[in-house]
Amino acid sequence: MYIKRKDLLKDIKNFTLNFGPQHPAAHGVLRLILELDGETVKKADAHIGLLHRGTEKLIESKTYFQALPYFDRLDYVSMMAQEHTYSLAIEKLGNLLIPERAQYIRVIFLEITRILNHLLAVGCHAMDVGAMTPFLWAFEEREKLMEFYERVSGARMHAAYIRPGGVSTDLPLGLLNDIFLFINQFSLRLDEMEEMLTSNRIWKERVVDIGVVSAKNAIELGFSGVMLRGSGIAWDLRKTQPYEIYENLNFYIPTGTTGDCYDRYLVRMEEMRQSTFLINQALNNIKEGPIKLSENKILAPSRHDLKTSMESLIAHFRFYSGTFRVDKGETYTATEAPKGEFGVYLISSGTEYPFRCKIKAPGFNHLQAINDMCKNHLIADVVTIIGTQDIVFGEIDR
Amino acid sequence: MLYQEIPFLTFRTFENLERSLIINASDLPVVLNCLKKHIGYQYTLLSCISGIDYSKIIYRFGISYEILSITYNTRLNIKIFFNNPDLIYSIVDIYKCANWWEREIWDMFGIFFSLNLDLRRILTDYGFEGHPLRKDYPVHGFLEIFYKLKEKKILSDFVSFSQESRFYLYDNAW
Repeated sequence: MYIKRKDLLKDIKNFTLNFGPQHPAAHGVLRLILELDGETVKKADAHIGLLHRGTEKLIESKTYFQALPYFDRLDYVSMMAQEHTYSLAIEKLGNLLIPERAQYIRVIFLEITRILNHLLAVGCHAMDVGAMTPFLWAFEEREKLMEFYERVSGARMHAAYIRPGGVSTDLPLGLLNDIFLFINQFSLRLDEMEEMLTSNRIWKERVVDIGVVSAKNAIELGFSGVMLRGSGIAWDLRKTQPYEIYENLNFYIPTGTTGDCYDRYLVRMEEMRQSTFLINQALNNIKEGPIKLSENKILAPSRHDLKTSMESLIAHFRFYSGTFRVDKGETYTATEAPKGEFGVYLISSGTEYPFRCKIKAPGFNHLQAINDMCKNHLIADVVTIIGTQDIVFGEIDR
Repeated sequence: MLYQEIPFLTFRTFENLERSLIINASDLPVVLNCLKKHIGYQYTLLSCISGIDYSKIIYRFGISYEILSITYNTRLNIKIFFNNPDLIYSIVDIYKCANWWEREIWDMFGIFFSLNLDLRRILTDYGFEGHPLRKDYPVHGFLEIFYKLKEKKILSDFVSFSQESRFYLYDNAW
């Protein structure tokens, strides 16, 4: 009995680890198969689809109006941004121009949505990395913003407020005043968060030079939004391909330099400040006027008309029993949602039902790049990278 | 413009305000390569690929590629139409992020992309059969999943309805 040489030399293989799907740092239901060499990640294979609800298929069997609430439920932390894109796509197909007040209301709520999303993104990112406090602060502010949602639509999250042809109801009395009060104190809250994080040694050790994406790679990987701006490309659809009234408003696009997680955090913080400036400008410029198209084709008539004119009553009944038709055609409409470029590819065959509604979620492209971003990082950094990508599974799995 | 660069292609522009090209499915890699690398276009960013099932028209399927040029701030929509057995080239070696979009189309429509080495299902469950976004696939699917308390197991069975699903497809909305 003797020992062979090859029995002594052990063949060391990479260790495969299953991360998720039920992991608090996975931001939902992400299953990652990590191939490890010691503690270094050599390959990350993301398995998605655990939250797949078949939204695109369901929309095909719903009318245009019934399909709207599905968009709230895609990315459930930036609700109105998505309704808005869908509404914009229908308006594009119907060649409609909505009243100015509606555009202002939309912009105010889009920016509120951006703050909502970034507060969650930064708060949860900080919590994943180990800082609990900013998360609690952020959620206190989010609660106030959700109250604005509630006052305007009756729902805290899934508002269904922005509709094709305008917005569903006018602003309640005193809302703009309260938004103004909120903005005034909000920059202080941001300062508090930045004081806690920006120069914090522990925070910086966890995020600086982690998940670096060069500008060339960011384009190659199809990034958009903060992920692209963090790598130093000043690309913002609100600026470059403006919609609504963004071309009349003053703001600048914050960009990063190195493209690491720290830069993306700074970009998010600055974007929140820019959003408050945008809301401020919109509050100053908003005028009285109609909040939806007067045309009866796309929206139900107002309650006042409904109670005074027979024609409107008929139109109201017709709208809710048969809804409306959209002209034949197709469009790819993209807007700058908080997470990046959110697109709706809508094909209309001239009936009440969308023929095909493809949803381009920004997170889909971002999560796809997780292998490139995680390679040769430690396991703990995977959590940081998931946090910085600001992943929400509602939109990725659809 | 493009015709001068790639003279052997047949394509035509589409009706809308948004620019889109319809090209032959076999020319796809050449066109995208040219549009990406040519100094005058630089469509370097691929936003999205979407499959479409036309079902009734001469061609069964269509695929639409949304590409974006950051340098010139333009979008372009490239479309191909084909029937199912046709060979569609994968564009993963041109645009890296095409992989998951192609996997999604494979999952949802059953369109096979040749030369894509990672063509697994992506959105549906492990072991799922069928391609849900095809027009001949029912909205409710074929199988339903439920938890059986007695056996403490997740089981699946064929869906059954007491009433057929109805589609109100009339010419008149009334």
